[in-house]
Amino acid sequence: MNDAIQLILQWNDWLALFLHMLSLSLLSVGGAITVAPAMHLYLVDQQSWLTDTQFNASIAIAQAAPGPNVLFIALLGWNVGINTGFLQNGLMGLAIAMTGMLLPSTTLTYQASRWLHANRERRWVRAFRQGMMPIIAALLLATSWIISSAHDELLHDWPLWAVTAVTAFIVWRTRIHLLWLLGAGAVLGWFGII
Amino acid sequence: MNKTDTQSMPSSLVDLFVSFTLLALQGFGGALAIAQRELVEKKRWLTPEEFAEEWAVAQLLPGPNVVNLSIIVGGRYFGLPGALAALAGMLTVPLMVLLLLALCYSRFGSHPGVIGALRGMSAVAAGLIAATGIKFIPALKAHPLGVAACAAFGIISFISVAILRLPVAYVLLGLGIAASTFTYRKLKP
Repeated sequence: MNDAIQLILQWNDWLALFLHMLSLSLLSVGGAITVAPAMHLYLVDQQSWLTDTQFNASIAIAQAAPGPNVLFIALLGWNVGINTGFLQNGLMGLAIAMTGMLLPSTTLTYQASRWLHANRERRWVRAFRQGMMPIIAALLLATSWIISSAHDELLHDWPLWAVTAVTAFIVWRTRIHLLWLLGAGAVLGWFGII
Repeated sequence: MNKTDTQSMPSSLVDLFVSFTLLALQGFGGALAIAQRELVEKKRWLTPEEFAEEWAVAQLLPGPNVVNLSIIVGGRYFGLPGALAALAGMLTVPLMVLLLLALCYSRFGSHPGVIGALRGMSAVAAGLIAATGIKFIPALKAHPLGVAACAAFGIISFISVAILRLPVAYVLLGLGIAASTFTYRKLKP
């Protein structure tokens, strides 16, 4: 549905938005995208502050854009504000949503990492550091596999797999700047070669 | 820590802000690969082992991984101001770019060239991430657990996430605790 929304937001609505983001922050293990379904339920279904289209476009744009994907939260807040008809409310929504989402998780990360660093010579911290290595290596390969397997029609999609394999080899063996590779992928894709 | 002569560190808060801004702006879906290239290979702020450890921490804690990583790296060198400078670098300029893109998207988002370009970039990003994983493998030869045990942990992790699609956090917690416990026993007290 594409019906525009015309909102009037009171201060308690802003507070509710802030508290909602605050409550989801510590649940977002693995990235903010893991709590997106809960946000959809609240912002679109319950409060009707956003349209379905606005919600989905916010995620798609943030994933296509450079920068961390968590910025889709900023777009959600921005769109809620914009739906009141005022640009300054867009900035207000953006700031409220991002602060709520990031404040608890960044505070926890900062404290935990300082503590780990201060105790880095302890035997079990060293064991954690080394024990994680084989798993991290495997998880990276798994992430690559998951992205690739979205292209699952081999007859049609094999050029994409080839690009992935060639990219991995080039990055492994050379020190070429990664943006050249991303640019090449974009050009090949733009002209429909892959 | 195994600091060698080739290790380096950020020179100032501005250095942190600029470095993480550039890092974030290169991160089309492959932010992790970019972070590894920039922080380990180019700037040498972290050794490969430190990077793996910090990334595991960033992944295990709630919040976006690369954002967590920026806080950890910034905080390690300059405390709270460093963490805030790195975080601001990660978010400020990318946010402005994003708002611009959001304004353009409604007009160009359905263009076949744009859709194709995004397809191509995601294939490249998958390759960047795979290469980051491959680069960890040589370091495993000297691992206290031995090559065979590392391979076993690696293969189980890969199958759990890539084939069975279990959440990464569970795999890191379950297999990570197991691997760390075995490593703990192998390490001298």
